[in-house]
Amino acid sequence: MTAAPNPASATGRAKSLRPRARLAVAAGRFVAWTSRVVQFGTGSVIGGRVSLLIDRNLLSELTASRDVVIVSATNGKTTTTKLLSSALGTSRPIVSNWLGANMTPGIVAALATANATDTAVLEVDERWVDSVLRATNANTVVLLNLSRDQLDRTQEVRKLAEQWRIALKTTPPRTVVANADDPLVTWAALAAPNVVWVGTGQEWTADAAGCPACSGRIDFTDAGWACTACDLRRPSVDVALTNGVIAINGKTMTGELALPGRVNRVNAAFALAAASAMGTDLDQAFDGLDDVREIAGRYRVAQFGDTRIRLLLAKNPAGWHEALELLEGPSTPLIIAINARIADGHDPSWLWDVAYERIGQRFVVAIGERRHDLAVRFRYGNINHIVADDLESAIELVRQSPSYDPTLPIDVASNYTAFQDHLEHVGGVL
Amino acid sequence: MTSLPATRLNDSAVRIVSLYPDLLGTYGDGGNALVLSRRLEWRGIAVEHITVDAGEPVPDSADLYLVGGGEDGPQVQATRELEQSQGLHRAVDNGAVVLAICAGMQILGHRFPDANGTSRPGLGLLDCETIRVERPRAVGELLTTSAQLTTPEGIIELGQLTGFENHAGRTIPGSRSQTLAAVEVGEGNGDETEGIITGKIVGTYLHGPALARNPLLADALLGWIVGTSAMTPLDDTDVDSLRTERIQAARDHELAPRRSWRDILRRS
Repeated sequence: MTAAPNPASATGRAKSLRPRARLAVAAGRFVAWTSRVVQFGTGSVIGGRVSLLIDRNLLSELTASRDVVIVSATNGKTTTTKLLSSALGTSRPIVSNWLGANMTPGIVAALATANATDTAVLEVDERWVDSVLRATNANTVVLLNLSRDQLDRTQEVRKLAEQWRIALKTTPPRTVVANADDPLVTWAALAAPNVVWVGTGQEWTADAAGCPACSGRIDFTDAGWACTACDLRRPSVDVALTNGVIAINGKTMTGELALPGRVNRVNAAFALAAASAMGTDLDQAFDGLDDVREIAGRYRVAQFGDTRIRLLLAKNPAGWHEALELLEGPSTPLIIAINARIADGHDPSWLWDVAYERIGQRFVVAIGERRHDLAVRFRYGNINHIVADDLESAIELVRQSPSYDPTLPIDVASNYTAFQDHLEHVGGVL
Repeated sequence: MTSLPATRLNDSAVRIVSLYPDLLGTYGDGGNALVLSRRLEWRGIAVEHITVDAGEPVPDSADLYLVGGGEDGPQVQATRELEQSQGLHRAVDNGAVVLAICAGMQILGHRFPDANGTSRPGLGLLDCETIRVERPRAVGELLTTSAQLTTPEGIIELGQLTGFENHAGRTIPGSRSQTLAAVEVGEGNGDETEGIITGKIVGTYLHGPALARNPLLADALLGWIVGTSAMTPLDDTDVDSLRTERIQAARDHELAPRRSWRDILRRS
């Protein structure tokens, strides 16, 4: 359907919005402004909702004259969206919703203020890929991974994979950039006509043991994976991450990134693959990646009173698996915060799927609304811990600990809403 | 999966098997194995924990088997493999203890519904049947009245059971089974009761994981193996705080503590 580039954007001519769409945009911006004035929040979601009430086809209109790329996943979509925006931004103007409002209202709000022909790099919630793809006819779709998250309110991961598969069949993008190491993503992406397969050696495979195609058993080996009952198997890859080196189009990218950890090299590999598929020069794109130092406050070192803290986000077992890589080295005390609000999922049983034992001998202060769940998890993990009521008292306990090193920032690793609370404490997203 | 300490092979060690955590490990129930292992270790009792993934042979000589919750597709695959292997059936005949959670409980019964709602034969080890009912999925805190376990050594008090349920389907106990307790808050089996016990097989809808939130249930299962007198008191301060908080939360129907308007606007 979108095999040819959008003619409007090819000529650089923007279709002007219909009067109804213009009204919708204006109303949304007014509501968002009001929301900011009364300090309700950024206002982007509520503004977008008002716009969509007035014109429910607004997303189609706002993307009619631009290239659109969609990034979705359980983990890493915000980071990859930011990295891809930065990589593409070296060669063309872009607009993005990378602050995390990743359903249609947030996307509409982000696009409403942009030039009509800027390339849209859209982070899209896993459950919204289908409707955003249909509305935007995105020409590139980047699919990173699917794993357990917020099981009390989302569908099972297999059903999400099936939704993706149907969406890619119904509205085929020109290129899909997909994770060859995730059987669920692979199965979904196989429905698309043209796939760039990225292999980064996914370590979290606990959600993919059952084959999405036939419910047989998937066998994982060091070399890859294959279903033991049907012919679904790991496709051969076009872009590979091996020992920190990204191999793409016959080139190897070895440069350092500002963002820490293996997981961000994985995200960078997907961003490079997508940027390259969209025609950006690789070296230029890689330079763009290095400009990204933090994502919506993640990895930020901030001042809390007269103490420095480093904010880390990990929302689910797969996310913690990656975050623990950064937490298992040092010996200084750290703080872990867990909430269980709507956006976190109400059931924190998944804490038992996380190998917190990797923290080793570090002293941990548990905070957040579910600090007692954390404390029980730590107790059975033989992890040296204490419970505190809030971030302030947790920091005080850390400072009193004999293993505290005042020259280093205190790691504060949190899940979603706890992270947002801490970010607000230190001044929000800059 | 949570990692467990390496344990030595020893004839006197209590052998605990986690069955198919790769298929039935979606809801954190793997933590039950860690809880059981630690509560034995802390009492100086040797333990050996064995993880059996799908496709691997099921040993029939272990003392305690754990079956967790999972998604509809993998649930059917797990039933198929357990039926073929018959290892769990032989273990139960030999007097092994089984704790089956949620989907695990459903497949151990006589019949259960698959992803399409079609009734399928279960393993028939637990005397119950799960049927599909037209009601919204039961998702939320589950709290029971004081639960009891009847054993040859007498009645063991388990206290109130607390956990998180997330399931469709209604489980009907058979004439050879007992239930664990009456429901105070939540859905449970669907008839105001929660849990199914047939012999030494205990089924429940409780996640949390169940044994992390309910240490008396953990000790009752272990007591079946090493004797209740070996279940000396442990420091459960952290667990007690958690139980107090969750029991209150369930009674307050407090699913989203301190949810502000900002949360709603932030993430629609």
